[in-house]
Amino acid sequence: MPWTRKDLLGLEPLSAEELRLVLDQVKAFKEVSTRSVKKVPALRGRTVVLCFLEPSTRTRASFELAAKRLSADILQVQPASSSLLKGESVVDTARNIEAMQVDAVVLRHNSSGIPVRVAQAIRPSVINAGDGSHEHPTQGLVDLFTILEKKGRIEGLNVLIVGDVLHSRVARSDFWGLSKLGAKVTFCGPPPLVPAAFEGFGARIATRLEDVLPEADVVIALRIQKERMEEQMIPSFRSYARLYGIDEAKLARAKPDVLIMHPGPVNRGVELAPEVADGPRSVILDQVTNGIAVRMAALFLTISAQEPAASSKPAAQTAAVSL
Amino acid sequence: MDAAGIDRALTRIAHELLEQRGAGESVALVGIRSRGDLLAQRLARKIQELPEGAGRPILMGALDITLYRDDVGLAAPQPAAPVIHATEVPFDVTGRRVVIVDDVLFTGRTVRAAMDALTDLGRPQAIELAVLVDRGHRELPIKANHIGKNIPTARRDRVQVRLLETDGADEVMVEEGRDAVDA
Repeated sequence: MPWTRKDLLGLEPLSAEELRLVLDQVKAFKEVSTRSVKKVPALRGRTVVLCFLEPSTRTRASFELAAKRLSADILQVQPASSSLLKGESVVDTARNIEAMQVDAVVLRHNSSGIPVRVAQAIRPSVINAGDGSHEHPTQGLVDLFTILEKKGRIEGLNVLIVGDVLHSRVARSDFWGLSKLGAKVTFCGPPPLVPAAFEGFGARIATRLEDVLPEADVVIALRIQKERMEEQMIPSFRSYARLYGIDEAKLARAKPDVLIMHPGPVNRGVELAPEVADGPRSVILDQVTNGIAVRMAALFLTISAQEPAASSKPAAQTAAVSL
Repeated sequence: MDAAGIDRALTRIAHELLEQRGAGESVALVGIRSRGDLLAQRLARKIQELPEGAGRPILMGALDITLYRDDVGLAAPQPAAPVIHATEVPFDVTGRRVVIVDDVLFTGRTVRAAMDALTDLGRPQAIELAVLVDRGHRELPIKANHIGKNIPTARRDRVQVRLLETDGADEVMVEEGRDAVDA
């Protein structure tokens, strides 16, 4: 089954077959970054707009490198220098960018659902680089690919996602991807940060880490965001670290081959003890490396699946078919 | 062209490759996916079966040229992304004579893409081309060093190479084109 979506907005809408197709393609793109010339001409002459309306270092850097390794040109739109500060709506900004004949818009926004609205409004591909607490599909794919690479399978694995599930778009994308591919997902964290609603979708909810850590094949620790501290959802970093932070002592009761993952940036000593973050079971830097290959695949697949520009009008399409 | 014809053609190409190399000099074969890589494997076996090729070091690789094509996204009636297969060239091409192997030589565009892909992996001393079938109608100034068989065709014809490994039989078929369909 070929890839036919012009946009990548989330992992929830994708079928298991589509997820497997993307993961298979990521492997081919990963090889490009191992060559002496780390660049292929696949998107030569195409333009990718990186529109990050919320702070980001690694996701933006990762998309920028991915676009460059595919030979695309890039345009950076940042809130500080954009008309969004003058009150222009995101959809209007996107329409104006579209009018400049670009091929893809990579969009990060602090409101859930904005990429979907932009994708409906414009012809270029839209890739969601994180929208509010909704989805972060490329990070979800990074996690799926890294698990597949290290474990050889996803089906049947116990994956434990620890931390601020409530605010985490990574947790949602991970959950959809993992459960579609047959993994068993458990969420664990302080009760106010772990919505019970996920149980309805087939996830298991736990509040005591020591109950669920021993059976986990993979642990994904989520970042505790300082801004949430002000909302008083956790009492303190120190108490969080004691209950939900993963250190050597807690890991002693985990499976010896458990994978430790984190979408970054790590609050050392909070979600993960430094010796765990840098330890032999941590694959955090593999996640960063795989991020480029995942984003190359996302850009290539979505742009390749666009309607050919000439045939966007019905009349021209008839001409193309009668070749 | 039947199974025996394909076998004879590959034997002749294997002879030619050995004749043009000094005793003991290695042979580097890089097949274009999919089918060129299978033909490269068969050529490697042929070389080892020949008396002058026994014990000869053979380096094998496979190229996927999708990311180097010049027609991605052009007028596809059903917009869908092409499927990319792995490129595996597990040796350093720099300084070597590398033979690109493919099933059919037609417009030359695939070979152009393969040369670009290969030179991104290093700087070969020379690139050669071996094909099972040359059907003419070049659109680029490209010529094969080793040809299994020249088959005159009309531009609109379709040439299909079927191999035991993927298609259940060894044969080359020419289907007469009814209308102008680009193969």
